[in-house]
Amino acid sequence: MVHSDPISTDNEGEQRDSESRLQQVLLGGHFAVTAELNAPDSADPKDVYANAQALGDVCDGINATDGSGANCHMSSVACCALMAKAGYEPVLQVSCRDRNRIAIQGDLLGAAALGVHNVLCLTGDDVSAGDQPQSRRVFDFDALHLLRTAAIMRDRGVFLSGRKLTTPPRFFLGAAANPFVPPQDLRHLRLAKKIEAGAEFIQTQYCYDVPIFEAFMRRVRDMGLHERVHILVGVGPLRSERAAEFMRSRVPGVHIPDAVVERLAKTPRKQKREEGIRICVEIIEQVRQIEGVQGVHIMAYRQEEAVPEIVERAGITRRVAMKEERPATTKSGLKD
Amino acid sequence: MPGSEWLKNRPRLLEAVYAASKSALRLLHPLLKRVAPAGWRERVFVWSEEVSKGYLFNCQMCGQCILHSTGMTCPMNCPKNLRNGPCGGVRQNGHCEVIPEMPCVWVQAWRRDALMGRYGGEVRVLQPPVNRELQNSSAWLNLLDGVDVERPPGWSTIELEEIESG
Ligand code: SF4
Repeated sequence: MVHSDPISTDNEGEQRDSESRLQQVLLGGHFAVTAELNAPDSADPKDVYANAQALGDVCDGINATDGSGANCHMSSVACCALMAKAGYEPVLQVSCRDRNRIAIQGDLLGAAALGVHNVLCLTGDDVSAGDQPQSRRVFDFDALHLLRTAAIMRDRGVFLSGRKLTTPPRFFLGAAANPFVPPQDLRHLRLAKKIEAGAEFIQTQYCYDVPIFEAFMRRVRDMGLHERVHILVGVGPLRSERAAEFMRSRVPGVHIPDAVVERLAKTPRKQKREEGIRICVEIIEQVRQIEGVQGVHIMAYRQEEAVPEIVERAGITRRVAMKEERPATTKSGLKD
Repeated sequence: MPGSEWLKNRPRLLEAVYAASKSALRLLHPLLKRVAPAGWRERVFVWSEEVSKGYLFNCQMCGQCILHSTGMTCPMNCPKNLRNGPCGGVRQNGHCEVIPEMPCVWVQAWRRDALMGRYGGEVRVLQPPVNRELQNSSAWLNLLDGVDVERPPGWSTIELEEIESG
């Protein structure tokens, strides 16, 4: 099966100037906004476009989750490919839970070929967190192996096996950090390891406890890590105290202080949604003041429509200059 | 196993035993190689590791032991098999995301590493992917033969460079 590559993307020269718009925004010193897309339970691309549309105008990057919470949804590679085609800036989440190193490296190449330039490397929630706990857990790699392998493919132009790639992918590589769970006093050291493995940007777990985050950032700054990696703080609106209770008891790694839950509980039912957004906006305003924070990552589960409002009220609306590259999307989505 | 729990919380003692066994094995290895056939060596070593490390560390026989880099806590007891943990799912009480009644082995690893003298700090070293081919083989023999430190060729392209550039 000999095939030529008629549209070689690698003719702009050898140097790895980034194709990631997210990276350009961060390198430009702007306060970046990314958000999480709910991958649909659907085979229709329109559902991806519909979810992306609310986010596209206010975000520098849109993350497509990879079976988040170990629940099955449309694959992240497919969501990202659709978004890239529609002119959005996708961030591909790759988890180590479901695929071994052979599948992962193949997906990385495929995603790059489909126009994906940002990759978030994750270990992944355990299968027991989802609705198919009977599944086999893979975890052939951990998140750091994944990061380093993606960096090797990009910088050395080889697979982990050493076999050469014809055209290496160009990636802006990211990882997660969770400063809110034990061992809190050592979490910055794992961040350091992730940077060593190749992380260029970080999106943190939901931040509802700013003092813990501040302590983490102090240690990060003491090690100078904030100068080696772009840190985006995870935030998200809570719909009610029940949603908060569910998240902190059932979603792995989410820490929500009692004060936040009580504040929602005390709010009259009709105003809970508004209160959740207000808390989110307040947290953004606070973390923005912390030295070393370069953006926020908004995870508004099933509340994408709230994201533009949050961005505007937090006063971080970016003059997203990339819009014109994107074909106009209509309510019915793009034609393929 | 209360006995092994008592020992596990004494990583300094364990690392001393580890270092001593390593030197002793290094000395004995050439002799062993001459008197004992390979198949026999493997069987005896696998058996004694299963018994001793099984009792002490709940060893999972991955065949590439990094106990001294993980506070003398076996990382293969992590249900996610992390070699560079802990994950972001650790519970507020320090227990595992997957097995709520088990303390996260990686939280223990970092804590115990801080107590260690000889190998303390090694938990910060980036560990390469697990070589699944070595599962159920003798980590001691793999160590003596240098098999356990072999890296996938692609991985070495970066490690070598780091060594060269100091
Ligand atoms: S909580 Fe600890 S032991 Fe459990 S899966 Fe995560 S790293 Fe492994």
